[in-house]
Amino acid sequence: MSGAAVLSPETVLAEMKKHGVTHVVYLPDSETNWLYLLMKSEPTLRLIGVGREGNAASIAAGLWLGGARPLILIQNTGMLEAGDSIRGWLMSLNVPVVLMVGYRGWTRHGVTVDTAATYTERFLMAFGLNYYLVENDADAARIGVAFEEAERTRQPVVILVGDEYHGFNR
Amino acid sequence: MMHTADMMRVFARYRGDAILVPGRSGRYWIDLSDNHALDVEVGDPAMGGHGGLGLGLALARPDKKVMLFDSEGDLQMSLGILATIAEQAPPNLYHFLIDNGVYATTGGQPVPNADKIAYDVIARGCGYPRAYAFTEIGDFERGLPEIMGGPGPVFVACKVVPEIENEPIGRRRRWQTRTREQVVKDLRAALGVG
Repeated sequence: MSGAAVLSPETVLAEMKKHGVTHVVYLPDSETNWLYLLMKSEPTLRLIGVGREGNAASIAAGLWLGGARPLILIQNTGMLEAGDSIRGWLMSLNVPVVLMVGYRGWTRHGVTVDTAATYTERFLMAFGLNYYLVENDADAARIGVAFEEAERTRQPVVILVGDEYHGFNR
Repeated sequence: MMHTADMMRVFARYRGDAILVPGRSGRYWIDLSDNHALDVEVGDPAMGGHGGLGLGLALARPDKKVMLFDSEGDLQMSLGILATIAEQAPPNLYHFLIDNGVYATTGGQPVPNADKIAYDVIARGCGYPRAYAFTEIGDFERGLPEIMGGPGPVFVACKVVPEIENEPIGRRRRWQTRTREQVVKDLRAALGVG
């Protein structure tokens, strides 16, 4: 990994604040620990930990219905597990939420040995969920694109965080 | 055991101006409600999520009480939500569980270990500061002042008589008067966030 080509947790947090995120519903994975520590010390954010990613979808729906602006932070494995909840609680209720999804197994070159990565984009395409890949700080503007698109389309939009490049493992 | 309709009737006087998530009990609530705009009657978007929906609403709107009517099949699918609710500890969340012991909408097959599971014990073990269990309507009615008089999160397990539906879903009587989209629109407008 090049030292310059990272997506820093500070950049992600800045995008969250810029777009008015009030609550982060998350299930941690090892790659996002630095981001977790940053979020935890950010007074404008409330963190809501879940034990199953499907719960993140219904919690986010309730938050949005009540006027808050949630963001979901999970891994691709959890997104696959949460399919029905994403369909029912987010898509069918037209909840404009951004899901930031750690792209476990992403290799960039297409030779994928981790089936979590194999099925990630296929899953998103099957569900008709739009998504943007973010690998480093230069891609950070796409996070804003996702927020704006979610709001405009009243649908969830996914940010895939290219694992090997995002720099959360310091 | 209680009948859900009786339970909702006894509960109704405590609703006030709370947001109410009727879960799978909407058909028993709809004629009792005097504030439909705050009834989050979204039906069953995906099984297992009513607890999460109630938690999200409670955290987004600390200025309002949230009355959540969950069901045991949903809760078994997402037991971890109890730990999340207990950790977040919203003082405005009142979590009722309507436990008929079966998957009533699919023909009445029992939920796992239906006769032996103690949901109030699980809730307390997950960290709910207050948890209750009722099987008789009189006890439930006598318990409500204490339940509603204190802060949340509180968990109230209610054992009810199963009312099983065997008609194919497409042939069942539709009790809803609003679409899901309308429910969302009405709620957000009533909360001033529409």
